[in-house]
Amino acid sequence: MTASIRPVVVGAGPAGVRAAQTLVAAGLRPVVVDEAPAWGGQIYRQQPPGFTRPKRALYGFEVTRAKAVHAAMAAIRDRVDYRPHTLVWNAEGERLDLLSDGRAATLTYTHLILATGATDRVLPFPGWTTPGVYTLGGAQVALKFQGCGIGRRVAFLGTGPLLYLVAYQYARAGAAVAAVLDTAPFTAKLQAAPGMLRLPAVFAKGLWYLAWLKARGIPVRSGVRPLQVEGEARATGLLWREGTRERRVACDAVAFGYGLRSETQLADLLGCRFAFDALDRAYLPVRDAAGRTSVPHVYVAGDGAGVMGADAAERAGERAALALLQDIGTAVDGARALHLERELGRIQGFRRALERAFPVPADWAANVPDDLVICRCEEVRAGELRAATREAGAREMNRLKALTRVGMGRCQGRMCGTAAAEILAQACDTAPEAVGRLRGQPPVKPLPVALARHVEPEEVGR
Amino acid sequence: MPILTRLAEHDRRPLRFMLDGRPCIGREGDTVLTAVLTEAERLRLSEFSGAPRAGFCLMGACQDCWIATETGECLRACTTFLAEGMRLLTDPGAAP
Amino acid sequence: MIERLVTPVAIVGGGIVGASAALALRRMGLAVVLLERDFCGSRSSGVNYGGVRRQGRPMAQLPLAERAHRIWARLPELIGIDGEYVRSGHLKLARSEEDLASLEAYRERAREHGLDLEIVAGHAFRARYPWLGQRALAGSLSPEDGHANPRLVSPAFARAAARLGADVREQTRVDEVAHDGRDFVLRCGDRLEVRARFLLNCAGAWAGAIAERFGEPVPMTSGHPNMAVTEPLPLFMDVNIGVEGGGIYGRQVARGNCVIGGGQGYGLDAERARPAREAIFALLVQAAELFPELRHAHVIRSWSGTEGYLPDRDPVIGFSTTTPGLVHAFGFAGAGFQIGPAVGEVLAELVRDGATPTPIAAFSITRFTGAERAAQPAAAAPR
Repeated sequence: MTASIRPVVVGAGPAGVRAAQTLVAAGLRPVVVDEAPAWGGQIYRQQPPGFTRPKRALYGFEVTRAKAVHAAMAAIRDRVDYRPHTLVWNAEGERLDLLSDGRAATLTYTHLILATGATDRVLPFPGWTTPGVYTLGGAQVALKFQGCGIGRRVAFLGTGPLLYLVAYQYARAGAAVAAVLDTAPFTAKLQAAPGMLRLPAVFAKGLWYLAWLKARGIPVRSGVRPLQVEGEARATGLLWREGTRERRVACDAVAFGYGLRSETQLADLLGCRFAFDALDRAYLPVRDAAGRTSVPHVYVAGDGAGVMGADAAERAGERAALALLQDIGTAVDGARALHLERELGRIQGFRRALERAFPVPADWAANVPDDLVICRCEEVRAGELRAATREAGAREMNRLKALTRVGMGRCQGRMCGTAAAEILAQACDTAPEAVGRLRGQPPVKPLPVALARHVEPEEVGR
Repeated sequence: MPILTRLAEHDRRPLRFMLDGRPCIGREGDTVLTAVLTEAERLRLSEFSGAPRAGFCLMGACQDCWIATETGECLRACTTFLAEGMRLLTDPGAAP
Repeated sequence: MIERLVTPVAIVGGGIVGASAALALRRMGLAVVLLERDFCGSRSSGVNYGGVRRQGRPMAQLPLAERAHRIWARLPELIGIDGEYVRSGHLKLARSEEDLASLEAYRERAREHGLDLEIVAGHAFRARYPWLGQRALAGSLSPEDGHANPRLVSPAFARAAARLGADVREQTRVDEVAHDGRDFVLRCGDRLEVRARFLLNCAGAWAGAIAERFGEPVPMTSGHPNMAVTEPLPLFMDVNIGVEGGGIYGRQVARGNCVIGGGQGYGLDAERARPAREAIFALLVQAAELFPELRHAHVIRSWSGTEGYLPDRDPVIGFSTTTPGLVHAFGFAGAGFQIGPAVGEVLAELVRDGATPTPIAAFSITRFTGAERAAQPAAAAPR
């Protein structure tokens, strides 16, 4: 009966790998499509061939997990149809449109697990488009994947666990860390501490990074408000406010971010129902505890289904695969499925505490100056968004997009969507939930006009 | 002064490429972004404001790091590996 | 508590036609309520290709198109924005001798309606449009046609009408329409009831239901034009491009993006549409062939909309034959953007005067219902 089942997993990070592994264990041969050249996802991203740093140096405390995820995929490599360096640019019906090296192809599926991951949640501030300013995740990729720092003297800004982790990794790699500036007040962390003790090891790691940075005399500040990246051709310094005082640090690069946001475009194109998630402050695909979406045979797992981190992603990937197997009538280990769901629940509790410890600045939108570029693709400024609300009555994200071009550029709102929703909500004196979400449009990422069409052998006979 | 700085993995095979008509050397395994930004301060200029851009997310999401080649193609610098002999332009509109 | 409005004129549909009608009625001093279930100009009127052309239209549409052409010239004065409207010219391409003959024949007929077209061929064609691919052999240029941004223009008509006092209700779906022998009665859930002497049916692809409700079923089908836009590119395309026989159209906006369209998408559900993958592929192949400058470009978005088509591809414009005071304006077959503002003025004249100086007999609904003539208009609306 499994011969007619054609499962596809999109993404080869922790969720995608565990999903694929679980399907293989049940005798299926999934297709694994991934944009990256090698498996591991962003968190366990592998360095290119020829690089020689040991995994310990790349993944630190997470080295055991990274190795396990890498090994899991390596072990099933011959039993999956693995398509690296391949973008899914459209999803329609039970087909995915692929793009790889300028060649287009179509892939049919009967069951689909979307493990599409997340990118940094970005809240712009003056100077954020200056060369030398990157996301925290981007700064980490430069180091992990290329052995490079984004600068010689780097300031880290924003909030979330990644803030301290990446600063620590940079310092360890020999870069000068100019400052670590957390927009969340220190009191938020104290209040969140009991909740974070649900995962004591993770909590302890966070404290350890903090202590390590402080022990080396690196300025670590809480409750800051970013003011400005200095420099035009490139970053030369960073200004921020602490209480009533303005402070400055000289630096040639800035990494910033405010936690992560899920990549949900494919679920959207497939018509999955979305609902606002208060924890993520974003619309996410509605899913059950196992990862089933509102569309039959479409599952979501990992950070792409709501940000919960890599450990949760591994479990969610496995759980979604078990759900798929249950749905095609394969007997699965029910106790294992239940165990995974309980684990995910526990991590979810920790995640709630994390949000309390690293809250998105509540007054961000209110403090954004009118001349700040919000959409870096189309260079739409905050004042234009506010004017569209004031003068043209825009109260909904797609309307705002139509009137101002925000989210219309190459990135399709990945970088500006969160910020634009916060500004629109603030301008309308309502909650982000009330302004809706940008509708997805194919292609999910830019598509070459001159693409070569590759016809799958399976299509020829149709 | 370049944006990126190499902190590790120095011993890789050098690859020659041209940037704005100037011969440069990258390393095998460099992305185009790494190769260019260890030599220069930008990848491109914004089509609208003309402001310099040097990428942002480095993971293929923000689409800010597209760079032109001398033959008019566009490469997403953070997801394209450097190849020997690439001829890249940070300002294709500039007079040759 | 239900809100009750009494108005001389109710308009269903806040697209460019309904919004233009509201604006024209307000400029005449008539009160009007405009009901739009989504946001004004957010459907076909706001997501269409943005061509503003007279060339290529059936002869019967040319008087309306000429009237619209004069309105477009006054756009900022009328709606407060330029809507990125440019008279770039519209060039319709011939890819064969037959195409060219067809364009020449069209030019002769259009001339009688005052539309002057210029056939450009041979060396002059290559010299003038060096950026066109070799498959284009010649073209017919309508120098004063052009393009505009529908995302901006169509909502702005509704805003302009509202500024002049039109009662514009967005996100207000009309659930029931009846006529009590004297007035139309429109119910929008349990929120709103509107009573009106005149009802303008401007509901686009969804207008057929209202026509049918009043005994005038029309064979309208939905179409979903397929469109895409490239990243910003250096400016090269200085004219709005169409092709004889259809298949592809393209324009470049001042910011550099090329908007290309062709083929059909599909309806996701009753209200939403998506581009279709096969149509996107076909469009890309044609675009790369016709516009070699696009060979290294990327498409950054694609989209579709839902538009009403009647079998002869002409719209229905004019009085109902069954119900006094009912005026139809729908079925624009993907070509309503340019003539929309003129249709709005015509509708306002029909309400005020019972007649319009612009010839619209060809668009009577009787060509589908078989009825002999239009019903008498309702008593002239109170000023």
